[in-house]
Amino acid sequence: MIMIVVALISGLVFGVGLTISRMVDPAKVLGFLDIAGAWDPSLILVMAGAIVVAFPAFFWVQRRGHDIRARAVALPPRWPLDWRLVAGSVIFGAGWGLVGFCPGPALASLGLGSARSLIFIAAMLIGMAAVELANRQIAARSATRAVASEG
Amino acid sequence: MENFTPGGALLGGALIGLSAAILMLYSGRIAGISGIVGGLVNIRRPGAEPGWRLAFLAGLIGGPALVNAIAGGIAPITLDASVGLMIGAGLLVGIGTRLGGGCTSGHGVCGMARLSPRSMTATVSFLATAMLIAYLVRHAAGG
Repeated sequence: MIMIVVALISGLVFGVGLTISRMVDPAKVLGFLDIAGAWDPSLILVMAGAIVVAFPAFFWVQRRGHDIRARAVALPPRWPLDWRLVAGSVIFGAGWGLVGFCPGPALASLGLGSARSLIFIAAMLIGMAAVELANRQIAARSATRAVASEG
Repeated sequence: MENFTPGGALLGGALIGLSAAILMLYSGRIAGISGIVGGLVNIRRPGAEPGWRLAFLAGLIGGPALVNAIAGGIAPITLDASVGLMIGAGLLVGIGTRLGGGCTSGHGVCGMARLSPRSMTATVSFLATAMLIAYLVRHAAGG
């Protein structure tokens, strides 16, 4: 139950942050991404502000290996680099640069009544499901192969 | 730089960092939106934990609505991309973030705050690609 409340509060603060920084607006984001236009460096300050504030919390949890409630925390690996990481990030960047939406702002924009965002969100969910499905098939195939080689 | 809004950017950014700090300190979870949403795509997976994910998303959508209700005067967003472009971009964002294991929030904020070389690589990759694509769309393509 605590976790639900924590997540709700965290989500609210995130949504308010996107609104105040105006990152919820794809036009604002494209103003940053397009350095050849009337360049707007705001996004850099948003990221810098967020990283500086989040840093102590991550440092604390990473050091101890548990959260404030003393529950063990397993964070994603920081190393090594691999082709999935880079290829995925390049594919994501291409989509981001086309419209100016990344997942957070696309969802948050619904709160400002942007019904058109649902088209982007629906496509994004399909894309996510496609990767999930592919992962499962690969896992199933390698499991079959492992059984076959053992047999 | 007539569109530059340093005050709102820093304050809003600080709130996003606070959100990530709250979620990490009190639940040990990473405030990466693509990861939170991606975990809901296959809800029957063991350990899917849909409860907190849905609660976070409710807040994410409720936050802007709340600001608008209390403070008022929040300008609507400008989303002038065509339907086809939005579908294409949405597919790329969905596939890319799951393949790369994160987006602007997960890699760009949380991973950078952890000084993770993987997240730094991801952030440089998606920022550079997005800048290139935005340039091509707006200038080279004549749009």
